Amino acid sequence: MTDMTNNDPMKKKQVLLEIKDLKIEGYTGENWVPIIKGVDLTLHRGEVMGLIGESGAGKSTIGAAAMGYARDGTRIVEGSSIEFDGIELTTSTSAEKRALRGSRIAYVAQSAAASFNPAHKLIDQHTEAPVQYRIKKRLEAQEDAIELYERLRLPNPEEIGFRYPHQVSGGQLQRAMTAMAMACRPDLIIFDEPTTALDVTTQIEVLAAIRDIVDQFNTAAIYITHDLAVVAQMADTIKVLLKGEEVEEAPTEQMLKNPKEDYTKSLWAVRSFERPQKERPKNATPLVSVQNIDAAYTGGVKVLDNVSFDIHEGMTVAVVGESGSGKSTTARVITGLLPPSNGQVLFRGEPLPPKYTDRSKDQLRQAQMIYQMADTALNPKVRISEIIGRPARFYSGLSGTALKSRVDELLDLIELEPSKYYDRFPPELSGGQKQRIGIARALAAEPSFIICDEVTSALDQLVAEGILRLLDRLQKELNLAYMFITHDLATVRAIADEVVVMQHGKVVEQGPKTEMFTPPHHPYTDLLLSSVPEMDPNWLTTLLEERGVDNVGEAADV
Amino acid sequence: MELFVILYFASLIIASCIAAYLQRRGVFMTVFSLTLASFVLGIVGGVGALRFVAMSAGILAFAAGISYAFKEFLVIITPKNTSKELKTAPLTAAFGMFVIFTYAIAGIFAPWIAPYGESEVISSAFAPADENMLLGADQLGRDMFSRIIFGARNTVGLALVATLAAFFMGALAGLLAAVKGGWFDQFMGRFADVIMSIPSLIFALLMLSIFGPQISVIIIAVAIIYAPRVFRLTRAVAGNVVVMDYIEAAKLRGEGDWYLIRREILPNSTAPLVAEFGLEFCFVFLLVAGLSFLGLGIQPPTADWGSMVRENATLISFGDITPLIPAAAIALLTVAVNFVVDWMLWRSSGLKEM
Repeated sequence: MTDMTNNDPMKKKQVLLEIKDLKIEGYTGENWVPIIKGVDLTLHRGEVMGLIGESGAGKSTIGAAAMGYARDGTRIVEGSSIEFDGIELTTSTSAEKRALRGSRIAYVAQSAAASFNPAHKLIDQHTEAPVQYRIKKRLEAQEDAIELYERLRLPNPEEIGFRYPHQVSGGQLQRAMTAMAMACRPDLIIFDEPTTALDVTTQIEVLAAIRDIVDQFNTAAIYITHDLAVVAQMADTIKVLLKGEEVEEAPTEQMLKNPKEDYTKSLWAVRSFERPQKERPKNATPLVSVQNIDAAYTGGVKVLDNVSFDIHEGMTVAVVGESGSGKSTTARVITGLLPPSNGQVLFRGEPLPPKYTDRSKDQLRQAQMIYQMADTALNPKVRISEIIGRPARFYSGLSGTALKSRVDELLDLIELEPSKYYDRFPPELSGGQKQRIGIARALAAEPSFIICDEVTSALDQLVAEGILRLLDRLQKELNLAYMFITHDLATVRAIADEVVVMQHGKVVEQGPKTEMFTPPHHPYTDLLLSSVPEMDPNWLTTLLEERGVDNVGEAADV
Repeated sequence: MELFVILYFASLIIASCIAAYLQRRGVFMTVFSLTLASFVLGIVGGVGALRFVAMSAGILAFAAGISYAFKEFLVIITPKNTSKELKTAPLTAAFGMFVIFTYAIAGIFAPWIAPYGESEVISSAFAPADENMLLGADQLGRDMFSRIIFGARNTVGLALVATLAAFFMGALAGLLAAVKGGWFDQFMGRFADVIMSIPSLIFALLMLSIFGPQISVIIIAVAIIYAPRVFRLTRAVAGNVVVMDYIEAAKLRGEGDWYLIRREILPNSTAPLVAEFGLEFCFVFLLVAGLSFLGLGIQPPTADWGSMVRENATLISFGDITPLIPAAAIALLTVAVNFVVDWMLWRSSGLKEM
């Protein structure tokens, strides 16, 4: 049933969707610029095609175009052809397209939480399309929904549909959304990064569910993602996109084993970055020492429970765990944003005042932070020179030409051309460049310790790797200590010296990286480690067999 | 049949034919339905009604033309960044800007533009318009046109100062409340509630009857009445900015509240605040005019649109439009400011990024 390698009969299958010479333009306020520059795509019935590429490559735009839809401010250029089961979508009226969408073509969005209407129950939203298109009566549709929930292995399928979206977890919501897309048994489903916002442990169950259901109903799908390992599990064929143009297309196994184009090879090579692990210096005072920390948000339950670990000079400590495990809260305690209810934080053996307002300028300078979302971490209305220059002026009292040369030096350090970026504003930069500016701002304070809060999780893999290499280089040059908060174990493998695993606000396991990645593990560490998708297309199948069908991912949940 | 009627229908029908030929659906529907409506109107109201329709259309076209020309003028004289923004302005906003511009010129250069002094008696009471007096005389024989010009300076100037004062107090308190939070936020919030719970006109009347109707008292009273609204908006806008990571980064750097407000929060909340400034200005302007109408605003003989309406109110019963002229001046400015504000709100609503 979950057999993926059914490539042979596919060639005889009927073509469902055929896109020819697709060109899409976007409006910039003055003129139209091309976004998609002539892409061809052929999808057969029951085939799953993976679209991968960096952000801005036009993956989602093509996904939307497969429904004959162009987002606001974009248009499909004349001469493009999108033929869905014999119907030409570029020339059909909006009424005709509307009749197709929902009933024959369905769409699963990245953020299920944002795409469900919070004011209606799941099952009411599920039955909307079948009832609207008069495919099923309401009660029939409800029974069908319950059956689908069961097939997607949602807990309590009889009852879960009668909950509101905020009453179920993120992974369950994403599965409910997949069920909803299935409601009319469409011929084609477009999955737009359905697992990007989820933890690795939750991701698995969603992947397994999507794969099963697509198989069972012989639905064709376009699977959009930037995660190669994920697409390797899901797709029959993979199409690689770069800047609105196709790089190459090939069946999954072939693509993984011997990619032809250089760009594809570079994508495949990303996960190869790994730096040598460092040992703790003996008998040294740790740079930062977190000792028996308890913490809670006002009036709430304990978020951190007796957390202790040390960070030594020049070393990288990775803190891993699912969302809600207290990783970021630990960072807030160290920076002094959230005073702990118990325990203390030592800096070079000296206790730090629990509240950041009580700390001296020098204590504040020593510990800097780099944020996950560079968009919200940089003030959009302040020039780059001011963003980077301010800490230098604030802590070191630089001004005039000394300040300017310091900013230039910092921009050089993060590999951005100073004369080009000096006067720009953050919205004019790409995601990776913004993250680099965030790093420069932290460096401007001349710290000895930097907290990196999920710095690469919002970035594409190529860009993320560039950031990791940069951080590694800076660590060597400036002898920095990093606390690396992440849920991506590939990142941990690449950059960490020591690993701290957290679950439910407690430290489950900690130690040097090599030790942590060799068995025996704590059961939770094991779960985390085995949940990281691998490039092997049979990885998911093997894993599911090992774990058993009913024991996927979030087994402990509900 | 009169020549006017023939010309009237001929031009409408030709216009609708051209629109139909050029496949301009919207234009065709408007023009042709106007043609059909004109048939009925002509039968019911006669030539007079048709003349009125033609006049209105002419005035609209004139206003549209001058707005367009003024917009192009602004686009040419302003620097590149501003002119790029101005190009997106709809015709209504251009019209609003043109009216505001005209009022500003009238207010600033009042003594040179007005033919007579604001309290100079030059004629008999309620004298009709002649070649000396564009709009006739008021109840004491002063030139109406000159007083309207001076009124622009007095009434608009007063409203502007009062709005600025309200904004200064409200925005500062709102920003501080958002940054500090805690008890200061609570205290300021409840204090604003207390002020807002008193009906504004009653409050203004009370203050003015206690301290006497001086300009400074009017400004302070109006500023106190409107500051809480500005406070609420500023606090809400700044509240959204305060939770951003860059504010956290600045706080962890050890920056003071004043730096946070000035460099981090204010640049990110100017757009809604400027739009709110326009709206509040209209309300303040109407309140000041209302106070003058009640006799507690700017005192005679200083020219002021609100009191001019009241002083000439008796003429209404004789079917004269003189008292409506200052009222129309008030209405026109309010509408103009709202046109500009609409455009600014559209711009800041995030429909288009950057």
